[in-house]
Amino acid sequence: MAHSARRDSPELPDLSLLKRLVRDQLIYLLEQQHEVDKLYKVEYKPISSISDQLCFLIRPRIPTVKWICGKLCECRRLPAAFLLPAQFYACEAVLEEQGIFGDVTTDEWAFYLLPLDDDIISLELPEFFRDNFLAGDQRWVRTAGSALHLLHSLFGPFSKVYGIGRCSKMTYESWREQVEEGDQKPRLAEIGNVFLIDRDVDFVTPLCSQVVYEGLVDDIFRIKCGCVEFGTDVTSSEKSIKVMLNSKDKVFNEIRNEHFSNVFGFLSQKARNLQIAYDKRQGMDIKQMKAFVSEELKGLKQEHRLLTLHISASESIMKKKTKQDFQELLKTEHCLLEGFEIRECVSFIEEHINRQVSMIESLRLLCLLSVTENGLLPKDFRSLKAQYLQSYGADHLLTFSNLKQLGLLVEQQPGETLTVMESKVGKLVNDRTAGKLTDAFSSLAKKSNFRALSRKLNLVPKSDEEYDLRVPRDMAYIFSGAYVPLSCKLIEQVLERDGWTGLEEVTRLINGHEFAVTADFKPKSDAQRIILVMFLGGCTFSEISALRFLGKEKGYKFIVVTTAITNSSRLLEALLDNHV
Amino acid sequence: MMKSKADEEDYWNSSKCNAFTFDDTDDEFSRLKESKKAVSSIGTLMGEDGEDDWEKFSWSGEPVGSISWSVKEMAASNQKTDREPAFPKISTETPPLNKSQSGLSLSSLFKGKGKGGNLQSFSDILGDSSLRLYTPELRKPKSEYKDLVGDWSAEETVQRLQQGKGVSLEKFRSLQDKLLLLDLAVAAHDGNAITAVLIYLKRTLCKEVLFRELESRTTALRHFIHYLTETREQRLLLELLRALGRTEDAALLQYKEYKSITDENKRRDFLKSCLSLPFAAEDAAHVLDHYTLLERQIIIEAADRKAERDGKVEIFQKFPRKASILNMPLITTLYYCCFYHYNEPEGTFSSPVNVRQTFKISEKQYFTTALAARAKLKAWLDVDALFNSRNWLGFTKKKSPLSFQRVVDILQKNSAPTHVLQDYVGLVSDAELRISLAQKHKCHDIVINTYRDMKDRQLLAQYRKKVEQGSAEERKIDELLNNSQIRWKN
Repeated sequence: MAHSARRDSPELPDLSLLKRLVRDQLIYLLEQQHEVDKLYKVEYKPISSISDQLCFLIRPRIPTVKWICGKLCECRRLPAAFLLPAQFYACEAVLEEQGIFGDVTTDEWAFYLLPLDDDIISLELPEFFRDNFLAGDQRWVRTAGSALHLLHSLFGPFSKVYGIGRCSKMTYESWREQVEEGDQKPRLAEIGNVFLIDRDVDFVTPLCSQVVYEGLVDDIFRIKCGCVEFGTDVTSSEKSIKVMLNSKDKVFNEIRNEHFSNVFGFLSQKARNLQIAYDKRQGMDIKQMKAFVSEELKGLKQEHRLLTLHISASESIMKKKTKQDFQELLKTEHCLLEGFEIRECVSFIEEHINRQVSMIESLRLLCLLSVTENGLLPKDFRSLKAQYLQSYGADHLLTFSNLKQLGLLVEQQPGETLTVMESKVGKLVNDRTAGKLTDAFSSLAKKSNFRALSRKLNLVPKSDEEYDLRVPRDMAYIFSGAYVPLSCKLIEQVLERDGWTGLEEVTRLINGHEFAVTADFKPKSDAQRIILVMFLGGCTFSEISALRFLGKEKGYKFIVVTTAITNSSRLLEALLDNHV
Repeated sequence: MMKSKADEEDYWNSSKCNAFTFDDTDDEFSRLKESKKAVSSIGTLMGEDGEDDWEKFSWSGEPVGSISWSVKEMAASNQKTDREPAFPKISTETPPLNKSQSGLSLSSLFKGKGKGGNLQSFSDILGDSSLRLYTPELRKPKSEYKDLVGDWSAEETVQRLQQGKGVSLEKFRSLQDKLLLLDLAVAAHDGNAITAVLIYLKRTLCKEVLFRELESRTTALRHFIHYLTETREQRLLLELLRALGRTEDAALLQYKEYKSITDENKRRDFLKSCLSLPFAAEDAAHVLDHYTLLERQIIIEAADRKAERDGKVEIFQKFPRKASILNMPLITTLYYCCFYHYNEPEGTFSSPVNVRQTFKISEKQYFTTALAARAKLKAWLDVDALFNSRNWLGFTKKKSPLSFQRVVDILQKNSAPTHVLQDYVGLVSDAELRISLAQKHKCHDIVINTYRDMKDRQLLAQYRKKVEQGSAEERKIDELLNNSQIRWKN
């Protein structure tokens, strides 16, 4: 990045340890405990194995367990073993119901953390978001707490824990309980601070189109477990290829956090340098040539390969984005963020729906409109919902019901109605429940507060100022200078203030559940500047880029732990109701 | 090197999906031993989680190794009672913690609560587990187990549930006890424990009592609803929602069932039966539309399939249908009707006008769809007529409910030729936008005329380089540039 980074940033702890830990554990379970020699993917297809014992590695979900029960009874091969990344009572109840409890052994593969990169750890729990925020099922809270506990044991003790959101608080408490249950040996802390944040604290950020390279690649090609498959349009051959995208890819590492408009320039500069390096061999004598071939050539070739790959990926991104009028789309998003020309935005969205362009994109824009505008005007809501159902099918009635429940897409409530309703309902129930109701109501109302938050935290820079994307001056660069991601801004503010003091208004607008706890011991200063940020419900690559930027500015290093990497499509797809 | 790394990663990441073999077992095993050593060297730092890695217990303690665990636990908890809650060793290094503003404090974390039960020291567990790891006799007879299922208090029971340890809920028989258990599980924020208690409550309480008690317990209620959804206990779920007065949710849930009906006639009948459900007002209209649409699609599909088979209708021969129209969204159906049945009289089910009226499709929406469909067929006269029909006072000006920019976009996506595009690009009122569109779609005349109107000699001269040499456009530009009548501004 072009701007001057602080040089005194501390070193990150080595996360690869985590990978080895889970791997060995799995191998142990499979080989020693169950003598497994082959694994199959559960695809709801007939099983074609001749061995008399079957072992399934599955997520603890009732339908999956049921399916396996059916299979087992069908082919009369018992016993089988299950390995669940977390053992759920409900799944065992299914086994019991099916009458095969006891014949089947179940095991838990306590797989919490998968390091995707030097500074990204994923719990690989995409279902966390829907389970927790839509269904209100807290089954993963303990898992998240255990993950934090594991990190605490390996890299702690933590000296400060900040957080915001209901689930964050529960996770914090679960972690604390586990620390109390266990025992902590004194050790030097490698990670000093922790910040926990719920995804529903900030829905705006993941709903925006990503324009930073890594985010764009994720939006378009979908990165899975740090791995992306580039199709034939990128490879310009008959085969698609799978590529790991992480800091080991030197070229990628330099462009991943860049705004897309800089990427081409960077890549062509890189290509020129490469050419120069290759050209060196002209005029070399034999000895020099030998040294060149043995020392440099391999590196150059590799760089060459990577460069070619990322250039074609960029080209493909350009092509796809031009085709879908990306410019216009971005303009609409920026207007929504700014609260400017809303009528034009509404009619843009309407046309988008009318033309049956991507179902998810239309939904994304609708949600962004709702979240930024405090809900849709009743008239707009009805008309857009009707048109949406006409364009994409009546079954989205269920999608709308989900979005409403989550508060992502709602009708504007006249301010009074809410309070009147609240007090009416409040009278009917006892005090304790009334308190809960107020909570529920304010969580309904809280989505309305984006404008106020934006003003308070200065999330939308004034549009009349020129924003030079090559020299980013704040985290807004990840959205072309149009918007500082709320989630990251909160983290910045809390770290700066060492707590929530002075942010009372902000937390009220977000509907609180904020907390900050401090230990009194002074850990070594380096660890203090290593901050673990845990996103409950997923985070986007753009947010990670923003945090990396913040880290460089302030001399922090962030390690992001997330239940899964998300983006607008994944977020919304999780809320569709398309499974029968 | 990159490659091998990638391979390794690949193996790792996909290991839960793809079949793989441990063909180099020895190697893996030696590596395993090695890293086990590494793991155990850090093991002391890992707290109980590290331990959990190796021990497996079922909930009710029956299949694997739970007995020894229970014994161990009992012993540990007994021990605990006469032991003061110990400070973890960390406290020697770290002074007590301060209370922070939010009123929460880490200090309680290091003090250890006097709860008893599960506060075994780490070395206990470690020693125990390493022993257990290699001892085969994990299974103990059931009878022994039963004796040992001690009288866990409600608190201890929930705690054990949280830790995934064997525990029996059967002793909680009074309603009060059951609810206490539930409330404790909720207070522990552990969804798994909550669901476990709910499953027990569901089995041992009658619906009326269970529903009544859940009504005031939002968190537990949401877990229960999610559980019933996952286990597909539709009937009970519906009863629950109705008992709670959530009739709209119940209606939606019932409506959702249509997805599992594949036969279109049965599906239509099912949708018809849904019409009387107590939906929210606007949703009722949408469900009615859904039913009406499917009913109509069935009729159109039957007629068109026959027409296609008989081979008498030209359009089906020229543009064979790619898929059936059944279960398509309304707008796709409208598009289909605009494509195959554009000029049919209003009275037929498949006439676009009829579809539009029945479903109250907005003018803009109808226009957009018809435009796309007719453009696809290259029926430029129909396209033209779409704009004209809006104008009552002589066909002098084309009007569109859609911006002409968008119109050009739609036409271009349907590969309209330049001479057609030109007409519509020319209608874009904003000069700059017009020029950029004209340039994009190579409508030279429009670019040239606009520059002429802007009296911009320089831009016109520049544009001359972009047109083909010796073309009519080039001649036109030359004529203009040589025209002394025009007062160029530059």
